[in-house]
Amino acid sequence: MAKHDTPMLDQLESGPWPSFVSDLKEQAERRAKNEEGVEFQIPSDVCEDLLGVLELSFKHGRTHWKHGGIVGVFGYGGGVIGRYCDQPERFSGVAHFHTMRVAQPGGKFYTTDFLRDLMKLWDFRGSGITNMHGSTGDIIFLGTTTPQLEEIFFELTHNLNQDLGGSGSNLRTPADCIGSARCEWSCYDTQALCYYLTEEYQDELHRPAFPYKFKFKFDGCPNCCVASIARADISFIGTWKDDIKIDQEAVQGYIGGEFLPNGGAYTGRDWGPFDIAKEVIDLCPTDCMWMEDGKLKIETKECTRCMHCINVMPRALRIGDDRGLSMLVGAKAPILDGAQMGSLLVPFVKVEEPYDEIKEVIENMWDWWMEEGKNRERIGELMKRQGFQKLLSVTGIKPDARHVQEPRTNPYIFWNEDEVEGGWERDVDEYRKDHQR
Amino acid sequence: MPTVEFMGQNFTVDEDGFIDSFENWNEEWVQWVKKEEGIEELTDEHKKVIEVLQDYYRKNGIAPMVRVLSKVTGFKLKHIYELFPSGPGKGACKMAGLPKPTGCV
Ligand code: HEM
Ligand code: HEM
Ligand code: SF4
Ligand code: SF4
Repeated sequence: MAKHDTPMLDQLESGPWPSFVSDLKEQAERRAKNEEGVEFQIPSDVCEDLLGVLELSFKHGRTHWKHGGIVGVFGYGGGVIGRYCDQPERFSGVAHFHTMRVAQPGGKFYTTDFLRDLMKLWDFRGSGITNMHGSTGDIIFLGTTTPQLEEIFFELTHNLNQDLGGSGSNLRTPADCIGSARCEWSCYDTQALCYYLTEEYQDELHRPAFPYKFKFKFDGCPNCCVASIARADISFIGTWKDDIKIDQEAVQGYIGGEFLPNGGAYTGRDWGPFDIAKEVIDLCPTDCMWMEDGKLKIETKECTRCMHCINVMPRALRIGDDRGLSMLVGAKAPILDGAQMGSLLVPFVKVEEPYDEIKEVIENMWDWWMEEGKNRERIGELMKRQGFQKLLSVTGIKPDARHVQEPRTNPYIFWNEDEVEGGWERDVDEYRKDHQR
Repeated sequence: MPTVEFMGQNFTVDEDGFIDSFENWNEEWVQWVKKEEGIEELTDEHKKVIEVLQDYYRKNGIAPMVRVLSKVTGFKLKHIYELFPSGPGKGACKMAGLPKPTGCV
């Protein structure tokens, strides 16, 4: 018999999609039975009380968590999100319900051994409830009490060789697309770079020293499977400089219907036979493709590497061999001054260990933002306030036509004094000699 | 709100052990937090951090940014963590009696 009635939540057990309510109930039951004889370190009815408080929120249409919460582990300034229920007497199982962010591996590849070890620890010292994964990338342990935090941290580090993720005004947990592990479009090893920079900047991740949060995300190509351009203060997006590689025979295979366009992604509906003119050539945003004597041609100089043709004909078209990445800066959610996506800062940089060129850009940006950034000002907002020009100057990058989508239309143009002959010091009496009042 | 009795003093605190009001801060509070935060010995450097935090809070009504705290005390962030293992927010601000840090922590 469940501890609380949950008529509204029960409705979410119907329908075809995996129900989080059914899963929570199953976990609640598993804890109640406790067949493995675990000495639970937090209330064994935590899942039931979570369902109870959620049902109450469904009824009220309001949250029942108190404001904020500051808990953590010694040595770190982040990694744990403290949370307390505002009805602790009624739902004592979730009176403390802190979330721990645990650093995830690149591309989120796991062995069952590792996941079993994690869950053994979490069943014992936490609620057994998780989020796989948080939007930033972390493994999320959902719900434990303050005294368990150091215990869990000790186990994670000493026995699972595993660290916490980031939270607060610091470098948050970086995340990557699956990259070269299983994608033929990956222009660099996203997992290698993500892992390297995560290790390199552990200090910035664990001890908040920034004006506000800062995120890295790594996409192997402009398809942006980890959405770096929208969800990271620096987006690292793979690209190439030379020709797209064309296998003319495979192109004919697509035209003849031997290969399905887009890897068969549109087979759910009849779109007619594949038409290379209509589906590829005419859709190229720069109009740089054509057929000549039965062969597909691309004018590389005009190609913006949008991925469309490659996405449609993956067996026939391949990314080039001269590979690297672009760095875009400043993406953020609306608060405070409006949503932003990343703006192109570094059009192309080679990706080679130890990634010195990339680190130099990152660290120059940080030096500037840490000095000039206002309290709780994202770097995208600092760019707006002090100007893109300033970002270029602190990173030592030359202004380039690729830095803008279009030139400014207003004439409020700032000149540095040393760029203007004679400077700003002028004597009005000199002026009056030629211009009477 | 829970209360703490320590060295003959009563303090009202929240779940995270932050004091309810800056007005109720005193020397005994420092001793209590010292115990809670795993600090062995209270040095002049601890006191300097606390003083800077309190001065700033009295003047500006908010806690200083980490960068400002480092600049004014002359202590690098690394050293502040050596002094306060939980860091400037959970450790030093708590000991100084400042309100609990808020936002997307
Ligand atoms: C009741 C009297 C006037 C009114 C309400 C008036 C209003 C305006 C307004 C609204 C503008 C446009 C400002 C902008 O968009 O930035 C303007 C521009 C201007 N006005 Fe007047 N004005 C008045 C009299 C005068 C007089 C007496 C003169 C010259 C002796 C004058 C010369 C100009 C000039 C040179 C401009 C700039 C035009 C440009 O930017 O292309 N105005 N005025
Ligand atoms: C207290 C008196 C005045 C004030 C506060 C004032 C203020 C301004 C302001 C704010 C602008 C717009 C500047 C901009 O947005 O670029 C402007 C433009 C202008 N003012 Fe005045 N103004 C004053 C008197 C005058 C007088 C007496 C004249 C002419 C005899 C004059 C002629 C102009 C002209 C021609 C412009 C347009 C300049 C342009 O097109 O760039 N102003 N003024
Ligand atoms: S972003 Fe590009 S490289 Fe990465 S998984 Fe997606 S398609 Fe592949
Ligand atoms: S990648 Fe995009 S821009 Fe380049 S040729 Fe293909 S469709 Fe055209």
